[in-house]
Amino acid sequence: MIQTIAFYLFAALVIASAVMVIMSRNPVHSVLWLILAFFNAAGLMVLVGAEFIAALMVIVYVGAVAVLFLFVVMMLDIDFAELRAGFIKNFPLGIAIALVLAAELIFGIGAYQAGRIDLGVASGAAAPILGESNTASIGAVLYRDYIFLFEAAGLILLVAMVGAIVLTHRKRPDGARGQQDITRQVRRNPDEATVMKQPEVGRGVEL
Amino acid sequence: MHPILFIVFLPLLAALVAGLTNKAAPPVFAKAVTTGALFISAALSWPIFLGFVGGSSEATVVPVLTWIQSGTLAFDWALRVDTLTAVMLVVINTVSALVHLYSWGYMDEDPDQPRFFAYLSLFTFAMLMLVTADNLVQMFFGWEGVGLASYLLIGFWFRKPSANAAAIKAFVVNRVGDLGFMLGIFGTYLVFDTVSITEILAAAPAMSGATIGFLGFTVQTMDVLCILLFIGAMGKSAQLGLHTWLPDAMEGPTPVSALIHAATMVTAGVFMVCRLSPMFETAPVALGMVTFIGAATCIFAATVGTTQWDIKRVIAYSTCSQLGYMFFAAGVGAYGVAMFHLFTHAFFKALLFLGAGSVIHAMHHEQDMRYYGELRKHIPLTFWAMMMGTLAITGVGIYHLGAGFAGFWSKDAILEVAYGRGTELGNFAFWMGTFAALLTSFYSWRLMFLTFWGKPRWIESEHIQHSVHKTPAEAGEDTTGGYHPHESPLSMLIPLGVLSIGAVLAGQIFAPTFLDDAAFWGSSIFYNEPLIHAMHGVPYLVKYAAFIVMLIGLFVAWLAYIKDTSIPGKTAEQLGPIYRFLYNKWYFDELYHYLFIVPAFWLGRQFWKLGDVGTIDRFGPNGIAWVVEKGAVGARRFQTGYLYSYALVMLLGLVAAITWVLF
Amino acid sequence: MIGIEHYIVVSAILFVLGVLGIFLNRKNIIVILMAIELILLSVNLQLVAFSAFLGDLVGQVFAMFVLTVAAGEAAVGLAILVTYFRSRGTIAVDDVDRLKG
Repeated sequence: MIQTIAFYLFAALVIASAVMVIMSRNPVHSVLWLILAFFNAAGLMVLVGAEFIAALMVIVYVGAVAVLFLFVVMMLDIDFAELRAGFIKNFPLGIAIALVLAAELIFGIGAYQAGRIDLGVASGAAAPILGESNTASIGAVLYRDYIFLFEAAGLILLVAMVGAIVLTHRKRPDGARGQQDITRQVRRNPDEATVMKQPEVGRGVEL
Repeated sequence: MHPILFIVFLPLLAALVAGLTNKAAPPVFAKAVTTGALFISAALSWPIFLGFVGGSSEATVVPVLTWIQSGTLAFDWALRVDTLTAVMLVVINTVSALVHLYSWGYMDEDPDQPRFFAYLSLFTFAMLMLVTADNLVQMFFGWEGVGLASYLLIGFWFRKPSANAAAIKAFVVNRVGDLGFMLGIFGTYLVFDTVSITEILAAAPAMSGATIGFLGFTVQTMDVLCILLFIGAMGKSAQLGLHTWLPDAMEGPTPVSALIHAATMVTAGVFMVCRLSPMFETAPVALGMVTFIGAATCIFAATVGTTQWDIKRVIAYSTCSQLGYMFFAAGVGAYGVAMFHLFTHAFFKALLFLGAGSVIHAMHHEQDMRYYGELRKHIPLTFWAMMMGTLAITGVGIYHLGAGFAGFWSKDAILEVAYGRGTELGNFAFWMGTFAALLTSFYSWRLMFLTFWGKPRWIESEHIQHSVHKTPAEAGEDTTGGYHPHESPLSMLIPLGVLSIGAVLAGQIFAPTFLDDAAFWGSSIFYNEPLIHAMHGVPYLVKYAAFIVMLIGLFVAWLAYIKDTSIPGKTAEQLGPIYRFLYNKWYFDELYHYLFIVPAFWLGRQFWKLGDVGTIDRFGPNGIAWVVEKGAVGARRFQTGYLYSYALVMLLGLVAAITWVLF
Repeated sequence: MIGIEHYIVVSAILFVLGVLGIFLNRKNIIVILMAIELILLSVNLQLVAFSAFLGDLVGQVFAMFVLTVAAGEAAVGLAILVTYFRSRGTIAVDDVDRLKG
């Protein structure tokens, strides 16, 4: 019973949030609605019994991706009259969303404790180990059968990281902020690096 | 090896050698090769001719190569040697050899001499093929070949636009005639199932009276065929209607005019009619047409010749007129008489042209007779040569003495036979011919008096002014302007001398042979014995008529150009419209311009603007380009640059694919 | 009772909303990136739901990978956006038509 309500609640909210993501005039609002959508989706996943994935979603999506979105939205000097209105404008909305989130967390955990939605029979190849937590089950499958894919995913992340840095890297003028040409430094040879001077006694060297 | 093979092919060889070496060797090489070849050909031709005169030669056919064997259409390259051919051989080769020699001097300063001599020899070869043809197709080959050579030679100085235009005009007008000739050949093949001349002439008499369907009408076969063939002759021989090219052909160098447009090419039409005389004899309507056109041409050209100022044009119209004589002689059935006039005319007309060339050469390329005068004192040899030629053409001779210059014998014979024929057309031809003889005498003596008598009028000429670097004002009293015409070099004078001999004696010597000797002609042409008798039996007045009108013409010319030189001016003023009509060649060129040229160009422009550009280009290349462009513009609208529209399209595509798969 | 079809419905609606967000937006590019995240979210949800339905953990493992890639893609996408903004000075959707043919 409670699962049904929980499900419909989470579902309705996720859809409503998605709509608001698109429809919002203010990009900051859009990001916030997106965060709400992520949370509700995580909730849905918890109901099915995939709590590890749900936690992962919250940590990665909300904690990293959505925050990143926010950073960029703030960083880009987008001219919006609404934003100029200031913090006060956003405050009620932020509080509202926070309260909703809190309520959902509580509700979701309650539903989880009541037992999960049983969608089907465990009969697949990678059947979850009965009695073990979702995390342990996934771990067992992931590090055994899909270890190479796991490492490939790591590579993807590496590439993405490098790509993001390369794309946004701005060249500073030489010497101003320590922009060093490593290659030149390494290629240095003694002939051009040092100059022999014979200073006279009592006089200094002028470079 | 029959000598005819050498006669015909030596000029071709010479032409190829000269033409292919062109500038690789000094000009004298080409000149020597071609002139030498022609002299050899000429030397070989006279024995053949004299053989026929003496009665010792027989007509033969010398085969050369197989040509076409296709069902019943079978003919070869073969050279026919009979009397008619022999006559033409001496005419062509003698005149051509002399013209080659003359050109040594006349074309001396021209940079393109090898080309010129090559063309001359090429022409000679083509003409020889024409006259030695044993079948109609070979004759047509020679026919077209001389047309080609004529085009090349008229337009020899191709950097002159007027020369190019004249060459094209000559070729195109010839082509019109050639169409008739071709239709005649096709019709002949259709009717006779052969193109061999021997066979056709043998079968011709049997076809007299046969009928054929032509354009829906039932007409006399032989009349239709002969009329078509005669149209070809009209084009080639510049008869009235297709004559417009001949005066313009004077754009070519004078030796060309002498060779092609006096002695040989233009006589090809007469030759053809005479060669096919048995055919023409069965076609009275065609012969009537020949007579009428010949007589009309004769008088037309003579009237125009009286007004022209360019010395070469006068002689050109004279040629046209004399050709008319030859044709109406053939038209009344006296083919031998026509050929006799062709023979004598070749000599004196070539002489006149070459003499005119000598005058032009002496006068620094001035051709307008208004700027001549008193030249007999400065270039006496040329003067006497032209005198011989004029005496010949005007037909000076005493009947009772049986002595006269060449034209006396041949032209009088023509007039007599036209009268003696007794038909209406014959009488018409006689009166036209007599009146034309009067005009001939007038304009010929006019030419002589203007050129060789009177006061020197050269300083008015721009050519002379360029030569002495003076203007008329600077020259003052001395109307010679200090310019002294000098006699031509030997290479030009020798041909004049030889031709003078021919002009004086050719008629005298050969009249009995050509006119009365049936055995001489043999089976080469149709020989009408009763007609020749009638010719000799005409009244004395007729026999004297030509002589009388010649004197009248001489007197009038003397009056107008020696005695009182203001007469021509006053006459021209009083007869204003008539004078202008004659001076402008009866406005034939203007008539043809509006009748044919303007519509042709209009039609061409329509095909170009509406057809080619408007339709083919519009739907073809331009149309495809337009479609591609419009399509590209339309396709470009998909490339908005906006991500969302791209995404939309992707989504739509995906939906469509899924729908397709599902249903 | 809640069956797999409920989850499918929810997932589908989320997916559609994400797609709509891509080409319906008239505001700025960031919304596009967020719409992409919505799409990926819907897919994740679907994967997890089916994983539970079929009793096969592969779905969840895959969902993890999807998560990884989505994170990477968001990072790079935003980097591109930042670079674009630096050179163009605007991210208004109407001005982003450099590919216009």
